[in-house]
Amino acid sequence: MDAFRVTKHPVLKLKQNRKEIAFVFEDQPYKAYEEDTIASALLANGIRMLRRHEESGSPRGVYCNIGHCFECRVTARGEEGVRACLTPVEDGMVVSSGKQLPTPFKEGDQ
Amino acid sequence: MMKDCLIIGAGPAGLSAAISAAQNGVDVTVIDEFMKPGGRLLGQLHEEPDHVWWNGIEEAQKLFDEVLNQSIDLKLGTSVYHIEKANDNWLVHTNEGIYRGKTLLVAAGAAERSIPIPGWTLPGVMSIGAAQVMTNVHQVKPGHNGIVIGINVLSLAIARELQLAGVHLQGIVLPPEHLLTKGVSHPMDVFQSLLHLTHLAPSPLLKWGGLLAGKSAFIQRLSLQMYPKNGFKLWNISVQMKRVVTEIVGHEQVQGVKTADLTASGDIVPGSERTIPVDFVCIAGGLYPLVELVGVAGCPFKYIPSLGGHVPIHDERMKTPVDGLFVAGNITGIESAKVAKAQGHLAGLSISEALGKLTENAEIKRAIEHIEKTREKALIQFHPDIKKGRKHMETIAADFQKKEVSGQ
Repeated sequence: MDAFRVTKHPVLKLKQNRKEIAFVFEDQPYKAYEEDTIASALLANGIRMLRRHEESGSPRGVYCNIGHCFECRVTARGEEGVRACLTPVEDGMVVSSGKQLPTPFKEGDQ
Repeated sequence: MMKDCLIIGAGPAGLSAAISAAQNGVDVTVIDEFMKPGGRLLGQLHEEPDHVWWNGIEEAQKLFDEVLNQSIDLKLGTSVYHIEKANDNWLVHTNEGIYRGKTLLVAAGAAERSIPIPGWTLPGVMSIGAAQVMTNVHQVKPGHNGIVIGINVLSLAIARELQLAGVHLQGIVLPPEHLLTKGVSHPMDVFQSLLHLTHLAPSPLLKWGGLLAGKSAFIQRLSLQMYPKNGFKLWNISVQMKRVVTEIVGHEQVQGVKTADLTASGDIVPGSERTIPVDFVCIAGGLYPLVELVGVAGCPFKYIPSLGGHVPIHDERMKTPVDGLFVAGNITGIESAKVAKAQGHLAGLSISEALGKLTENAEIKRAIEHIEKTREKALIQFHPDIKKGRKHMETIAADFQKKEVSGQ
């Protein structure tokens, strides 16, 4: 879970001795630290794709990271449309990504 | 419960306003959707000319400590989605319920302008501010090896922050030329926009630029022709004013960017196209005031490009034409966090005055002067015409007041 963590910094004090927590994303177990958001916890684990676009199925990840763009929406604690960048990850949290939805009434679709 | 004042935004403006209002006995609630107080201060990290580091996390902590010293209600992780006025009071709708206040300060800050580029929805493409927050606030790197698209004061500053955290950057390059990149995609436009930043760093690029500021267009054009295609190094990051990213590529996530060299007149050099492998891309389109909430609250706007776009009409005391509605910080125009703090302090005093809790005019005058002094000393001017933009807004606000008085 530390592949992308900042491990050396000439100016900033790095966070240390943080409590480790466990969570689940797409049925896979991951570890994170307290104070991580869902987005930072997943990126620290090397996960960039948070969902598929509802219509096109194209992969999507974090874009603005401060809650404006809603690109990082996931399902967490059973709630849909939660912004991964603003939501602190919690011990035992179950997170799942958005999937491509059928478009039976779209012209040209088969 | 009815509060004297509701503040939306716990950044430098909102927190400073809360502190100065509370010091005058105003009962305040501050609402912010992030889980930590400080707003965009949290990501900031730069070296001042006296070599002291401006550490946004520490600056935010100082403000937060002052907030804790006052009896200020701080609601974090709370998102505002609607504002209405009923019986002269403000109702602020949030995911945690409705808050009520006699006065309202909207200090929502700024958002980032995005630049659509083919492939920009791939995971791993993010705004430059996203990379800043990931790196400095969460201490997670946006990737190991990236590229920044968009050359401006914000992207230069954040590129350096990424580098300090051990992130490798291939350089800072131009976005492709299209309808939405006018003024930021042509080598000459970008070259000229950087000339007023020459005091920022002791780099050859900027020193060279400094010599050219004020020189004739002919000399500037000539210099740009000689600008090396691999760019000059600024803090060891290559600033490539003659290279463009035409497409972001990758299977399921970013794997590379297609680039090409540009001539001084902005044409692609035939045969210069190549693909550079990267694992993340930052798009830096600059900032604009985040004004939707004041729009919902019924505030009129004026489009002033030097302030960053559409800004709420407000007078020099941070009061809008809507009764009981105040603004402060980047929502009024894109400037540094120090200016935002000074504006917030003033807004807190104006609100105290509106509520009849402050009668001393001298303190308000001092606060207005303090904003001007802070602006004067600002290290980074986001726009060279910021002062003109501010003056323009003052005139508009005064005209508005005259119309109101005469009942038009």
